[in-house]
Amino acid sequence: MTMAEQTSFDPPYLHPDYRSTVLRAPTRPLVRLPNEWFHNAPGPAFGRVPVAPSDADLTRQHQGEPLGQRIIITGRVLDSDGRPMPNTLVEIWQANAAGRYVDPGDDHPAPLDPNFTGAGRCLTDADGRYRFVTVQPGAYPWRNHPNAWRPAHVHFSLFGPDLASRLVTQMYFPGDPLMPHDPILQSIADLRARERLVARFDLDTTEPEWALGYRWDVVLRGRNATPTGA
Amino acid sequence: MGEIPTPSQTVGPFFGFALPFAAGERAVDGAAQDRVRIEGQLLDGAGEPVPDGLLEVWQAGQFARSRTDSEGVFHFVVRKPPAIPGPNGATQAPHLNLIVFARGLLKHLVTRLYFPDEASANSTDPVLQQVDPERRHTLIAHAAGGALHFDVHLQGESETVFFAV
Repeated sequence: MTMAEQTSFDPPYLHPDYRSTVLRAPTRPLVRLPNEWFHNAPGPAFGRVPVAPSDADLTRQHQGEPLGQRIIITGRVLDSDGRPMPNTLVEIWQANAAGRYVDPGDDHPAPLDPNFTGAGRCLTDADGRYRFVTVQPGAYPWRNHPNAWRPAHVHFSLFGPDLASRLVTQMYFPGDPLMPHDPILQSIADLRARERLVARFDLDTTEPEWALGYRWDVVLRGRNATPTGA
Repeated sequence: MGEIPTPSQTVGPFFGFALPFAAGERAVDGAAQDRVRIEGQLLDGAGEPVPDGLLEVWQAGQFARSRTDSEGVFHFVVRKPPAIPGPNGATQAPHLNLIVFARGLLKHLVTRLYFPDEASANSTDPVLQQVDPERRHTLIAHAAGGALHFDVHLQGESETVFFAV
């Protein structure tokens, strides 16, 4: 392990416990450039990705309501210098309450829900805040190893101001007993960094007679951050 | 550095219903004079196509997104960017920043596409000069049938050069 990997909070590319990394992780060291080369590549104009206000409520995208525990996920997007990231695109996608994705590639024999697609997007407000209404995703099996199950999670894609802040990650739920067994989450060596991916239950976000609330803040790499993976 | 950045996790295999958007591969309309079509294949260490990859172009205000198909093929239609200034007074040859996501990539990869008709600018590009001369060819597209061809090899003899960002 190089020094850069030790100081990085990201997972390594090669993590054989997650089998798909073996033929896909680059084998040569990444070429390291001065930060400013890539920090100079500004992020995309979000006019390109259409965002409607209704895209943030995954429970109202069909005729009826989806099955499952209704939840609210909200938090702030910050950079690692502590600045809020306003007006940045947040995209999410997830399995339904039964642990099945709408994606035609998902052959897990759990039911699809005609009232749930599982994709949402929004832009953060002036304080960097985002908010989604959705249903609690189910855990689901995968074929990485015998009796392998992914903990319940919501996929997140975030942009921030420039190329260096681009982030695709997954949010997990507190107390999920599958987390210690998941090679994707456990690929992150640093405990504090792993804990960054776990939302916290929040009674203030919870709406009486309506939905459980989870808080999850996202910290994108700021201008002073070190390149990772070199 | 203050807060610990949120770590990356793989995009997984099931993003196809969520991340692609209408005409997302086209950063310019089909009538633009300076448009260029880019086609390529995303390949794994066994030389097999990666059918569950997602690539993004980020350059000069352009953004495009392409999901690979069952043959690992992606494509973009973008405007060829001009040379741009870099730090320390250097000039960067025209190029596109490319980001690669896929199942099995715990963190995305960043690479650059350079243009084959810019040999002179490429020869003095400060980023290409940081790259082992033996591997620079992996960053230069080649002209093929009215398009530019640019394969991305995650591993192997022709492993594409990726950058730490």
